[in-house]
Amino acid sequence: MKAYLGVDVGSVSTNIVVIDDDGEVLVNLYLRTNGRPIETIKNGLKETAAQLDSQVEIAGAGTTGSGRYLAGVMIGADVIKNEITAHAVAASTMVPGVQTVLEIGGQDSKIIILRNGIVTDFAMNTVCAAGTGSFLDQQAARLNIPISDFGALALKSKNTVRIAGRCTVFAESDMIHKQQMGHPLPDIINGLCEALVRNYLNNVGKGKELLEPIVFQGGVAANVGIKAAFERELGKPVIIPKYFNVMGAVGAAQLAKEETLKTGKTKFKGFAITDLPHQTSSFQCDGCSNACEVVEIYEQGKVIGRWGNRCPRWDIVDN
Amino acid sequence: MRKVTFPHMGHSYIAFKMLMEDMGNEVILPPRPSKKTLDLGVKYAPEFACLPYKILLGTYLETAAKGMDTIVTSGGSGPCRAGHYAHLHQAILRSLGHNVDLVCFESPKKHPIDFYRKIQKLNSARLSIRSVIKAIKRGWHKLKALDHMERLSHKIRPRELKKGTTSKVYRQTQAWLDEARTHEQIAEAEAAGVKAFQDIPQDPNRSVLKVGLVGEIYVLLEPASNLEIEETLGHMGVEVERSMFLTGWTRDNLGKGTEELASAIEAAQPYLPELIGGHGRDTVGHTVLYSKRNFDGVIQIAPFTCIPEIVARTILTKVSKIHNIPVLTFFLDEQTGKAGMVTRLEAFVDLLRRRKQYQALEQAAPT
Repeated sequence: MKAYLGVDVGSVSTNIVVIDDDGEVLVNLYLRTNGRPIETIKNGLKETAAQLDSQVEIAGAGTTGSGRYLAGVMIGADVIKNEITAHAVAASTMVPGVQTVLEIGGQDSKIIILRNGIVTDFAMNTVCAAGTGSFLDQQAARLNIPISDFGALALKSKNTVRIAGRCTVFAESDMIHKQQMGHPLPDIINGLCEALVRNYLNNVGKGKELLEPIVFQGGVAANVGIKAAFERELGKPVIIPKYFNVMGAVGAAQLAKEETLKTGKTKFKGFAITDLPHQTSSFQCDGCSNACEVVEIYEQGKVIGRWGNRCPRWDIVDN
Repeated sequence: MRKVTFPHMGHSYIAFKMLMEDMGNEVILPPRPSKKTLDLGVKYAPEFACLPYKILLGTYLETAAKGMDTIVTSGGSGPCRAGHYAHLHQAILRSLGHNVDLVCFESPKKHPIDFYRKIQKLNSARLSIRSVIKAIKRGWHKLKALDHMERLSHKIRPRELKKGTTSKVYRQTQAWLDEARTHEQIAEAEAAGVKAFQDIPQDPNRSVLKVGLVGEIYVLLEPASNLEIEETLGHMGVEVERSMFLTGWTRDNLGKGTEELASAIEAAQPYLPELIGGHGRDTVGHTVLYSKRNFDGVIQIAPFTCIPEIVARTILTKVSKIHNIPVLTFFLDEQTGKAGMVTRLEAFVDLLRRRKQYQALEQAAPT
């Protein structure tokens, strides 16, 4: 049986999925990246291979996320796609007719507007990370509450407490202030969820027409408190797809399928790469005043990828 | 001898260098803005100042260390804080112990005598007025030739067979023009440049997208400040048309004015009937014009906190909808990491490509 591999290497999580020809998800892994993308990718692939039926043959592979180039050269990807396209593709296959995708991940949040299955507009947070998962993670850790319980606690809130959501630093001092005044924890957490949603809609969703169906995906979609806050703010239902936290990987796998149908072959190196040694190193280019910090990745002592350079001087020519 | 410098704004330094030298000054060439430039600028500039302000301050500090004693720059027209930046730069440099002179040109239409005096101040060789005019004409000729080369690079880069060839040729043509000192030599270098661009092996069947670039002048003209957005787009198969060149801007502000600006102002009329400073109105107007010329998309680039561009951006949401043209905005600040920009550009190019395919299908389908 033919199947397609999708790998999404994000700041917080690395997700791996395998889909079959009909788009059914066979394997679905959500792993913490923990700042070690290479190790995480290898461990994830090992686990994927173990979970897969031996009859399954990987006929295409795609990568996405901020670590897409790294993952791409490691596994031999047929497509290396930005996360916006990958998320849009996944959402429109999982929820046909979707017109709005809200996506909140670890370090970034984005909004994608689709009409007739085509992306017509998108936006991503630029200079501020106030509306992202890392901030929620941080606050959960500060309050000593597992992040998985965060949303449920917010739903217990009976009163609204307004938290300033523009900037994470001020949001935190505002929260501490409200907590020292004696507001109950569920109210504060709910206030934080609302602040995040407000900031997201003002910042990322600014000026966009949010039409139904609205899909909410990315790691933060696990948080029922945020979902509820979105529904209150928008006055519309928000759909959370089944594989909400691995949608980028699903999209990458689908794009790999499209690509290999065109080319007729795959560049995927096979699961054996998990046993190969990989190293990275970096150096500062002295070619011009840009002084680019170039990173190299080696497989068995041979350079397979380089990035960080602004000009093509260090590009690796495919052979 | 005066040791002059001026802002590093794309390739314009090549023409200014010749003009300043012809007038008998020593030129301390502004280095291409780098991390060091930005670090210096950020350290001594007010925190709220914009990216161009910080880069220019860094440039002046770098050249002051090499003995520069005179800054030549221009003021602004309309209510943009850049208009008093030059004087603030001078004050900061002086407080740091660099006693530099400032020659800041304002519009000669509004201040003809002031303009004449400043020209004389820089006329270290004591040339006759006729010779000064001749020198300015030569500099102008060179600037036009340089802009011509840049336009060609925008056109050919997305079609080149081997990635990087166009950028290499472009640098070569700049070097040729740098050496040319007379009208004949400039014309010769320009012709050689055109030939070199035409000789680049191209793929005639490639489907190339057309994107218009609008926004604030400094970040538009200086590739080092916009993370080389034009080159990056070119390598993604996008032909870029920039709404602003220094030759055009100069004609609009010092001379008769260009037709382009006149029609951009007209096109912006329903949305932004007034000059709000900087290039906000041009940004809106050019976006309308690009959509009328059936461009696939428009990218706006502006310094973070730039008020005219923030106003324009808000209006562009509506323009984009009414004129059915996708618009992507980048606010540039101190970040030097390019990954975020590349991700957004890739996604935007994907959007434009899929949209174009979809439109082609719709047109082909019988209704």
